[in-house]
Amino acid sequence: MATATEGHQQHPLAIYLWVWVLLFVLSAFSYMVDYMGLQGYLRWSLILVFMLAKAGFIVAVFMHMAWERIALIYAILGPPILLLFAIGFFALEGDYTLLTRLDFFGETNFVPSHPGEAH
Amino acid sequence: MSSELTDSAGAAALPQGFRGFARDWTADKQTFHVPWGKAMMWIFLLSDTFIFSLFLTSYMNVRMSTRVPWPNPSEVFALSFGGDPIPLILIAIMTFILITSSGTMALAVNYGYRGDRAKTAALMFVTAAFGATFVGMQAFEWMKLIVDEGVRPWGNPMGAAQFGSTFFMITGFHGFHVSCGVIYLAVIALKVLRGDYEASGNYEVVEIAGLYWHFVDLVWVFIFAFFYLW
Repeated sequence: MATATEGHQQHPLAIYLWVWVLLFVLSAFSYMVDYMGLQGYLRWSLILVFMLAKAGFIVAVFMHMAWERIALIYAILGPPILLLFAIGFFALEGDYTLLTRLDFFGETNFVPSHPGEAH
Repeated sequence: MSSELTDSAGAAALPQGFRGFARDWTADKQTFHVPWGKAMMWIFLLSDTFIFSLFLTSYMNVRMSTRVPWPNPSEVFALSFGGDPIPLILIAIMTFILITSSGTMALAVNYGYRGDRAKTAALMFVTAAFGATFVGMQAFEWMKLIVDEGVRPWGNPMGAAQFGSTFFMITGFHGFHVSCGVIYLAVIALKVLRGDYEASGNYEVVEIAGLYWHFVDLVWVFIFAFFYLW
């Protein structure tokens, strides 16, 4: 009994199963980035690419955003763009705070112990 | 121009006071051509997006600004099964569990619209069970961190003090969302099983619960990338 009225999202099962498999593969890839100990820009670009791909598939297919009308898509996906400004400002501020701290307090004398040693 | 004229002309005829208030909010205007519950869930999720984003942004800020080295998540969250510790293994398993639960939820929505009550409820219960497993593993992770590693919100022996406060705040808030989701899914699944939606044949309530659940998974994708993999 298919109730394909307005606003109802009914799609073939195959697309969900494919996205499901893809999410597994992408998660495995992002875990491998850490497991293989990749560092630097390579690590960062891979982590971000896998993260955005996973987020995109979840929102587009699992949350059905790909089939919604554009009024809803813009209303939901538009405002978070503002967060990019917040991230930029907080990054600048963090950098400034670090430089100020180094200037006033100097390098740290903190000696970390390895995990598991503390009791 | 003409629409302005019509509006101002119409406004003169509008009722005043509470009657006007009620009319303004109930007049036949609609932007989102989806069920109202779905639009409201999306707007709630949008506000939640801002909360989690600001948590992660403030985490980025304190991590960038501390002089003390940040504890290496790869080592902190390593787990040993008798042999060498495997980096981040618990977190990886938790990630796969949450993705699996997202998959079962997507299928539940699909079977809901097909009107298959038993399968929908069963898949929702499976989703909730995966969610409960996730929360259980998170409790284990917290216990290991607090008892064995000595991590506190105000400090830890491995590095920057901010590690504990941001970790407990971000994963705690996410775990709270998962716990609420488990209860939410169980309630809806029971109602589906009981046949509450048979009369209307309208199973969009399953899709709305699904939106919430997928969002919880979505947030985890970002926490996994920014907190554990950075």
